[in-house]
Amino acid sequence: MKPSRRSFLTGAAAAGVGSVAATVAKGQTAPDPAITELQDWQVYLGDGVDAAPYGMPSKHESHVVRRTVEWLTADNVSSINFTPLHELDGIITPNGVCFERHHGGAAEIDPAEHRLMINGLVDKELVFTMEDLMRFPRENHVYFLECAANTGMEWAGAQLNGCQFTHGMIHNVMYTGIPLKLLLAEAGLKTNAKWILPEGADASAMTRSIPIEKALDDCLVAFKMNGEALRTEQGYPVRLVVPGWEGNMWVKWLRRIEVGDEPWHHREETSKYTDLLEDGTARRFTWEMDAKSVITNPSPQAPLTHGPGYTVLTGVAWSGRGTIPRVDVTLDGGKNWHQARMSGPSLNKSMHRFYFEFEWDGKPLLLQSRAHDSTGYVQPTKNQLREWRGENSIYHNNGIQTWYVNEKGEAENVEIS
Amino acid sequence: LEGITFDLGREALPEEVAAWNIDIRPDGQGLPVGSGDVWTGEEVYIENCAMCHGDFGEAVGRWPVLAGGWDTLTHEDPVKTPGSYWPYLSTVWDYVHRAMPYGQAQSLTDDEVYAITAYLLYLNNLVDDDFELSNENFTEVRLPNEDGFFMDDREEGEIPAFSEEPCMENCKDSVEITMRATILDVTPEEEEAEVTEA
Repeated sequence: MKPSRRSFLTGAAAAGVGSVAATVAKGQTAPDPAITELQDWQVYLGDGVDAAPYGMPSKHESHVVRRTVEWLTADNVSSINFTPLHELDGIITPNGVCFERHHGGAAEIDPAEHRLMINGLVDKELVFTMEDLMRFPRENHVYFLECAANTGMEWAGAQLNGCQFTHGMIHNVMYTGIPLKLLLAEAGLKTNAKWILPEGADASAMTRSIPIEKALDDCLVAFKMNGEALRTEQGYPVRLVVPGWEGNMWVKWLRRIEVGDEPWHHREETSKYTDLLEDGTARRFTWEMDAKSVITNPSPQAPLTHGPGYTVLTGVAWSGRGTIPRVDVTLDGGKNWHQARMSGPSLNKSMHRFYFEFEWDGKPLLLQSRAHDSTGYVQPTKNQLREWRGENSIYHNNGIQTWYVNEKGEAENVEIS
Repeated sequence: LEGITFDLGREALPEEVAAWNIDIRPDGQGLPVGSGDVWTGEEVYIENCAMCHGDFGEAVGRWPVLAGGWDTLTHEDPVKTPGSYWPYLSTVWDYVHRAMPYGQAQSLTDDEVYAITAYLLYLNNLVDDDFELSNENFTEVRLPNEDGFFMDDREEGEIPAFSEEPCMENCKDSVEITMRATILDVTPEEEEAEVTEA
């Protein structure tokens, strides 16, 4: 990226490059050419209204993209990428940068050829077309979807340098969908209906067992995200929404829901998504995502470039068990904590935005955030979690994250005593 | 909207349910009639599976290991296979049938899936080489780690422990950095490293 003349003159880093300015001149000695010189966009006409029927971000934002970590998986089809959390604000994740996790790639489905079947312990086994589904009553809800493996690479210590990589297996969007209980009522549940098995239409035919209580509570069969059709990679034309629970259960390209009286113990709830403890036994059915937070700015991919002075710290927090009424922030590695300022809507099982503004004296910082959820649960440290689980459980790492910020404003992923 | 139905959708035909209702349960529910022995399984496996999973389930490169790993669940790097970790044989049958071979899902016949499952049992030292697996004897086979799992118990231990009002002031005398990501240096655009599976 070519820095603009202005940033070159003042020495400020070009956005997204990650170099850090030593100082920023407060007093302007020479007139600023950004003001005194006529710029192209002041002279020449811009694009017409038909230039982009579906708009894309400014070319100056081309670094705000999903990124992958190639060595994490055997290939890029059964794999993961990461949301650029450090570039976002507020709580809604733009559809184009919502992280992806596939097990058989992103299925391309013609909605006219898509069917949703309900079978098993029901009075009437049913088949719905997309047209049928559009005639059910709908609801709108904002929920986070967090991969169970988010932050999983950090169990044994600080490994990846950036909140995109340590915390980016998450997105938070508004879903429009049908309450699952309405679809189940249409088929009629038998009295011994205790579990459901949603299944995907893709080449991995993803399945998970979900207790009927959750299915009848707040699950949705969603066809829109942030107002538009689901993206292909997010399950177009329909996906399951399982609020607060691990992302693997949010079956994409949903083609079938079987109703049964026992769980199925399929691959994604035995071999995977079970949490191995130190004694060699493993937890199964660890569905809820516990309260968690991360400071997104400053962070390794978003250094402080302005030098000492008034500084905005921001981040996100979420809980699968409720809302986030409070986030604490420390600048000194946990010696002293301050309550952050929550901003924007506080929604159940959704991402929350927090800010903490402070006067930076230019000395090194050890930054942490600590979420409190509406049940009274307080986000634990990584070491507290390790005391309960050891280091091999892979999933459900909601431990407190530390960023070390040096005198230059560069940030690094560290662990502290 | 409680108790209301909308008369939407249509009744599924038996052939349609049969086409999609492929799931198997630990008690054998869903198993189709069929059978396959270890040696047939070896042939089918070598043809369809070995290029990724290795001739003996040892895996090629980063693809999943399917045999061995016994007594490694307490090690620093546990090896989780059907023989060392998986609780139920039904999961092997179901998953191979629904999602394997990778890139050619649902191309195996029921008998081929029985045969591959028998071969995987053999590779994990759980049956002899003359073993034949069928829907009749399927539930007699038990995997070693069946009792290695328990229901999520966070509510009993962790959650109460993590629901105390935390310290806000003068919580520590000193703070040391104990680990740094830049020392490991594996963030993208950097060299590969051996890590936990995602």
